[in-house]
Amino acid sequence: MNPLWSLTLATLVKDIRLEWRSKDALNAMLFFSLQVVVIFVFSFDPLAEESRHIVGGLVWIAFLFAAVVALNQTWARELRNQVLDAYRVSPAPANALFLAKAIGNFLFVVVLQALMVPLFIVFYNLRALGPAWQLIPIAVLGTWALVVNGTFFAAMSLRTRSREIMLPLLLFPISIPAVIAMVAGTTAILTGENSAHFYIVLLLTYDVVFTTACLGLFETILNAE
Amino acid sequence: MKRLFPILSIVTVILLAYALYEALVVAPTDALQGDVYRIIYYHVPSAWTAFLLFFINFVASIEYLVRAKRSTEVAAKWIVIAIGVVGVIATFIPAVQHMLPTGMRPSAVATTVLLIPIFYFLVGRWFPGDKLDILAVTSAEVGVVFCTIVLVTGPLWARPVWGIWWAPGDIRLTSTLVLWLIYVSYLVLRRFSNSAQTQMLAAALAVFGALDVPLVYFSIWFFRTQHPQPVIGGGGSIDPRMLHVLLISWLAFLCFAFLVCRSRFRLELLHREVEQAHAMESLVGAGASKTSLPLSRSSK
Repeated sequence: MNPLWSLTLATLVKDIRLEWRSKDALNAMLFFSLQVVVIFVFSFDPLAEESRHIVGGLVWIAFLFAAVVALNQTWARELRNQVLDAYRVSPAPANALFLAKAIGNFLFVVVLQALMVPLFIVFYNLRALGPAWQLIPIAVLGTWALVVNGTFFAAMSLRTRSREIMLPLLLFPISIPAVIAMVAGTTAILTGENSAHFYIVLLLTYDVVFTTACLGLFETILNAE
Repeated sequence: MKRLFPILSIVTVILLAYALYEALVVAPTDALQGDVYRIIYYHVPSAWTAFLLFFINFVASIEYLVRAKRSTEVAAKWIVIAIGVVGVIATFIPAVQHMLPTGMRPSAVATTVLLIPIFYFLVGRWFPGDKLDILAVTSAEVGVVFCTIVLVTGPLWARPVWGIWWAPGDIRLTSTLVLWLIYVSYLVLRRFSNSAQTQMLAAALAVFGALDVPLVYFSIWFFRTQHPQPVIGGGGSIDPRMLHVLLISWLAFLCFAFLVCRSRFRLELLHREVEQAHAMESLVGAGASKTSLPLSRSSK
């Protein structure tokens, strides 16, 4: 196998195994987004028709915040015992590490979404009026959009003071087009008023552009001195 | 340059005063909006200046990144030349002209595209080495100030004319706001980062920001835009007297921005020299510090 993929796989399996044993990130995310949902339920008490218009925004705000919780912990593990420094001096390709971390985060956030979406449906009494299967590409592409940039900026904010607060500061402005596409696309499908195709294409473009940028610049960021 | 600075300051003050006089007294009153529209003479020049500064920041950041390796530097040079040539030729092909937004003149687009290689090579020539990074900080900081002026004067103007302070779904408003947010986060990153790696991280963030802005623009493509089409090069009509005042105003703002950038650039340069001298001093040790170390700046 190509060393890039074998290393990616090795790091990914290691991260998943660690997460499976500790369940740190997943528990934190799950509990956090559960609270966000509960606060939303108390804050807004909409009719079924209104909720179709606002839930797209609420869902993605909850996932965005929850993803930040997980992303902040991504690299913390590698800082202990100077694992990251060891990785830097090894001949392993930097992008393998990045891809493994991004895919790992992607899987965690997808698991979170699978657990949280039923809750949203129950609390807001949702039923999509448009083609519901299109929510799947929006969720997949949207999550990757958040996670790929999030992993990159988490690596960037490792080098800063008060890094927990730096990640959202860096990530949110860059994520705005993706968030607009996710929220507008979800709302379009739930209300069935217009087509979500444009937003799926936009998310795909966003993913391709920023995945390329991340892979191109990650080595520079990792080795920046 | 040192002797030129006071002269330029005086010229800028005179220009700013003259532009204010022209804007408030000489420029004709708008037929529909009345005197409210006069804020255009602050709003639009600030926007142009801010975008120009952000563009300079982007060019400087790209050059800083590609200079890390010899191979990427050469590749980037050819890519920039290719962008200039292909861009200018493409705008004169009828099929591409159809894709331009209505009212946008091909010649205006070609000029804008041509600015990319020109800026790239000028910036590369005038700002060698670490000065590129100083240019990037300077242009981002001053750009954020001008962008803030745009974002403050915009709602002030929109309220009496549109009846609302802010149009959430509007292309131009949202992309300017996102641009402002990105550059604020850029400055925060620079403030919070350790000094050794800041420059690379900031340059990478600037590239991300530049990739983001067109996507923001397209993401709101579907919404109807409330903001008027750009007046110059956008096919809109404007009284030549108003245009005259607008351009004088822009010239004044550009001079002002140049002055501020120049001072900030020098300040940052001196700041880094002092830091380096301190570092040298602690390296060499206390005994050697009595001998002459270059704490004072050598005059050019």
